[in-house]
Amino acid sequence: MDITRLKQVSENEWQLAATGKMRVPVVFYADRALLEGMDEKVRDQATNVATLPGIVKASYVMPDGHWGYGFPIGGVAGFDADQGGVVSAGGVGFDISCGVRCLTTGLTVSDVEPVKEKLADALFANVPAGVGSTGRIHLDDAEMTAMLRGGARWAVERGWGSAEDLERIEEHGSMEGAEPQHVSQKARHRQRDEMGTLGSGNHYLEVQRVAEVFDSQIAYQLSIAEGDVVVSIHCGSRGLGHQIGTEYLREMAVAAAKHGIDLPDRELACAPLRSEVGRRYLGAMRAGINCALANRQIITHLTREVFSDIVPRAELPLLYDVSHNTCKEEEHVVDGKRRRLFIHRKGATRAFGPGHPELPDQLRDIGQPVLIGGSMGTESWILIGTEEGMARSFGSACHGAGRRMSRHRAKKQWRGSKLIKNLAHRGIIVRSVSMRGVAEEAPGAYKDVRAVVDAADRAGLARRVARLEPMACIKG
Amino acid sequence: MANWEHFHHEADIGVRGRGSSPAAAFEGAALALTAVITDPAGIRSETEVEITCEAPSLDVLLVDWLNGLIYEMTTRSMLFGGFAVQIDELRLTGKAMGEPVDRERHQPAVEPKGATFTELRVERDTEGQWVAQCVVDV
Repeated sequence: MDITRLKQVSENEWQLAATGKMRVPVVFYADRALLEGMDEKVRDQATNVATLPGIVKASYVMPDGHWGYGFPIGGVAGFDADQGGVVSAGGVGFDISCGVRCLTTGLTVSDVEPVKEKLADALFANVPAGVGSTGRIHLDDAEMTAMLRGGARWAVERGWGSAEDLERIEEHGSMEGAEPQHVSQKARHRQRDEMGTLGSGNHYLEVQRVAEVFDSQIAYQLSIAEGDVVVSIHCGSRGLGHQIGTEYLREMAVAAAKHGIDLPDRELACAPLRSEVGRRYLGAMRAGINCALANRQIITHLTREVFSDIVPRAELPLLYDVSHNTCKEEEHVVDGKRRRLFIHRKGATRAFGPGHPELPDQLRDIGQPVLIGGSMGTESWILIGTEEGMARSFGSACHGAGRRMSRHRAKKQWRGSKLIKNLAHRGIIVRSVSMRGVAEEAPGAYKDVRAVVDAADRAGLARRVARLEPMACIKG
Repeated sequence: MANWEHFHHEADIGVRGRGSSPAAAFEGAALALTAVITDPAGIRSETEVEITCEAPSLDVLLVDWLNGLIYEMTTRSMLFGGFAVQIDELRLTGKAMGEPVDRERHQPAVEPKGATFTELRVERDTEGQWVAQCVVDV
């Protein structure tokens, strides 16, 4: 990206002043190298976001910002309903509440190494993954409605997990304001057989070792130490979320002119928060968030079943569960005033700082864990939210590495079977239904997650706590 | 005869069909969509599924057509390798021919989540050929 028009505020903060139709500036949190590596379209898309009605303070781009559709991925923006603010189906995206959760195991690398292969096989057999997979749980319409209203709380009430899990999930496991009646029959149909499935693409379930700890005090409070084994799950709201996104994006794109909104890009499809379609979308999107929370909760249960068979003494409490693609109503201090804003995070993680009332008692003093997914051969990270980040980015941070190579190129460059063999030599076991899928997800097709995490840390959005390396990876 | 290709998008993938008519270009875009998942040539035409849609413009009709296919693929757990499209004004009647997903044989790489309005275009190119394209979220 050409950065000549940007003003450097600090080593990791850059600003593009508001000009033309922009209502606010664009703020990039990244170092020079990351910024220069971003596509020109990231700036264009963040600039388009800055033109939307009711946007507050700035259109933010996280260090992993890359070219998305409508919003950039790694885009954060807050809107005020009192000032004609909008909700954007494009700003949330298709995979509503796609996210990551991390479970501790109470086991160390030496406990897991001897049974790693067995664990990988059993997880692969027990957790449905990949195109064409279906879950063991099939919901009728009444149960679907209950799930959409209750989220992970619904799953726990059905026996998939414990009440303690709920405290370690954003919104305490259940998104308020979900309105299942605004979720279409088509969306429900798409989800009927997909509860408890991982999906495909960059979604995964990984057994990981804590390779390095950067803040031992916070790590201790999160019950992790170097050499421990954790499990991370990355997936979202599956077909239901995709269908909600599809339907409302179209409706908002076609109706934008009716609401007097001049869309610089139709993919930014949005509607006033106080409009009929805006309210309907919020209700449906929140139901989509609950679907994702329930889905990750069920997969957690399936994972625990596998561990209890193979390593019976293992317990897998939830460290935390974060969502990436959401719009949430939150209170933030803007220029000294408390305001209720609708914060869109598109491929960005909520990262609330210490003392935030939304956090459970056990985490309130330290802040919210921020889970950053990497690729199957590299590393993932645990960070912690900061006070500073609350003011800098509405309490938001990056979400992952982002691709540096298209699927098409990756498929041409690597062979799935060879990658699996090479990773096995490095002690990483990969199980997948599709060799082509593995090739497209090759570690080399992704950017360096460490550079992204370092920039987030240095910009004060979230602080590094621990680095995780994969031991076994189940790919969709 | 329709043809297809993929075009670059940083995170996702662009699908493009070309043909002598909008309908032919839509058939090509559908093949490009399937090729995101697997090689279309490896799909047997065992079952036929009908899709109809209507839209306020030709480009939104393309989004609806591709999203209609995604819906049928996921809810039927099928892959489609052959398409026949008719467009009358802004109403589309399409047939998709395919078979149930065979994970061993098809090696499906990724499931498309939805067709987007990004890079969405249905228009004639300089040589008079119809081009139908958009980015698909995967």
